Amino acid sequence: MLNQPMLQVRQVSKFFGGLTALNKVDFEVYPGEVVALLGDNGAGKSTLIKCISGVYHPDEGEITFLGKQIRNASPAAVRDLGIETIYQDLALAENLDVGANVFLGKEKKRRFLGVFPVTDDEYMRNEAAKVLERLDIHIPSLRQKLVSLSGGQRQAVAIARALYWDAKLVIMDEPTAALGVPEQRKVMSLIRSLREQNIPVILISHTMQDVMEVADRIVVMRRGRVSTNMPRSDATEELIVRHIVGMGESAART
Amino acid sequence: MDTTATSPRVRTSSSRTAAVNLLAQVWPWIFLLVMVAFFSIFGTGFFSIRSAANILVTSTLVMLMAIGQTYVIITAGIDLSIGWTVGLASVVSATVMRDLALGGMSNAPAMALGVLAGLLVSIVPGVINGVLIAKVKVPPFITTLGMYGIVRGAAFLLTDGQSAVAGLPPELRSTLTSLGNGSLIYNLPGEGITFFSPPADLAAQQLRILQRLLPYPVLIVAIVVVIFAFILARTLFGRHTYAIGGNPDAARRAGINVDRHLIMIYVLSSFTAAIAGILHVFRFTTGSPSAGEEALLDSVAAVVIGGTSLFGGAGRLQGTVVGALTISVVQIGLTSMNVDPIWKFVVVGVIIIVAVFVNQIQAYLEKQREHA
Repeated sequence: MLNQPMLQVRQVSKFFGGLTALNKVDFEVYPGEVVALLGDNGAGKSTLIKCISGVYHPDEGEITFLGKQIRNASPAAVRDLGIETIYQDLALAENLDVGANVFLGKEKKRRFLGVFPVTDDEYMRNEAAKVLERLDIHIPSLRQKLVSLSGGQRQAVAIARALYWDAKLVIMDEPTAALGVPEQRKVMSLIRSLREQNIPVILISHTMQDVMEVADRIVVMRRGRVSTNMPRSDATEELIVRHIVGMGESAART
Repeated sequence: MDTTATSPRVRTSSSRTAAVNLLAQVWPWIFLLVMVAFFSIFGTGFFSIRSAANILVTSTLVMLMAIGQTYVIITAGIDLSIGWTVGLASVVSATVMRDLALGGMSNAPAMALGVLAGLLVSIVPGVINGVLIAKVKVPPFITTLGMYGIVRGAAFLLTDGQSAVAGLPPELRSTLTSLGNGSLIYNLPGEGITFFSPPADLAAQQLRILQRLLPYPVLIVAIVVVIFAFILARTLFGRHTYAIGGNPDAARRAGINVDRHLIMIYVLSSFTAAIAGILHVFRFTTGSPSAGEEALLDSVAAVVIGGTSLFGGAGRLQGTVVGALTISVVQIGLTSMNVDPIWKFVVVGVIIIVAVFVNQIQAYLEKQREHA
């Protein structure tokens, strides 16, 4: 079971005009693992992520998720299959409360006086509370608008939303970039709690400390290729940096 | 060390934000009460049932325009064209009524079709505004400023450049005025109450003290307000309006059809303006291109006094109602003090700027809290 990857990217290439953004990339994610995806700017991380989430369609190769070919799927179709991408800007409406955000675009309705369709805010708040509890997140009042929450709490809301709508794989793009130290801790523990629920995470990060702390496997990309793919146990910060800057081969030799 | 040092500061700033938020919500009410108190003390005959009815009737035009404007401003837009949409709807409505009545149709169906025509014509500028803003991405300010000119021209072309639609038959006009200036309940102090129409054969002296309780235009506007306040606060349409104002990209990624929603919002804005135009026909027994021209500034003022943020995403229709009443109180109040009513424009202009300033302080404090 563990040897069966949930997501499999095979020999994927993507070209932008004369530029080779991805060059025969192989990449897989197994159930319940946290895969850190690293690389310098322009190494191809975000192109790969966008191919997986359906924003781009690869020119060569194939991508399968739970046995289904998703190479040409739309972002909405990919999300419906259970791959949820949490971008840096989180895509939350900060002027609304937690319940409204978890249910944004899929609001629960009820009939007011048996006639008029209205939003069922209490139901949505309660459901949001349940999923936050699952993530061990405490938000003082669920009636609060997101603007008054901390960065880590907002991150938690974004993850809670993904989880509530049955995410089977979560992709996180630089989740700790804009956060203070205690908030970064919180996000790390959120990622761990996703893993405990057997939901794999692809973590894009520049923060070496985060990667070393939470990743099970580390994939480094360089110039559109996968330069290394190693278990956390084999990695040192120095080795990773060498791969990022393109001295991986010499590192392996010495 | 870090936590002990920062937590008290966070707490004070959060309680300060709470206080600011509360103040932001109640200050329109306080301001309205202060205005009422001020004019009650210094104005002549301001604090009376007659003047209250007067204030309510006067507020109907701004109130209707401000309903649509509230929705638009919550999506971080603005609609500058609605002043002339009021005029266009009134002109079309009055013209249709006149031509049908002159063609031999009886008053009731002629009026009904006139009302319908006025409402339908307003959809045109609304749809064009919405499509340009949502699909072509022309900024709302520019789109609706252009529409301001287009609708103004259209209204005046329909009246051949005249300031009002001429030639409505007298019977039609008397029916219109009996509805437009009628009231559900009349009270002649000392004589008693009558329903639907004032007591017959009133002397001039009695006419001056006759109290009109629940004038029809006020009733109609009250119904419209309740409907749109309910939609905004409780329904999916309202929720998506806030979401789009807060973060259009998030709304789009969540699967909300943002473009279609924006088009509907600008149609709604034109539509409530058109109701105001039709009300004008009933109250003044004719249509006039400039029926709502002056009220554009007032409609924006009503919205911002009511606490709706010009940055979008926040605001309530209840606030707008208070804002529209405030403007009306100022207008009637200044008259009761024998001040030249022209001063109203100056006062409303000042209020708009102060209201936006208060709004910005609130946003600034919220940001500060975020970074604390």
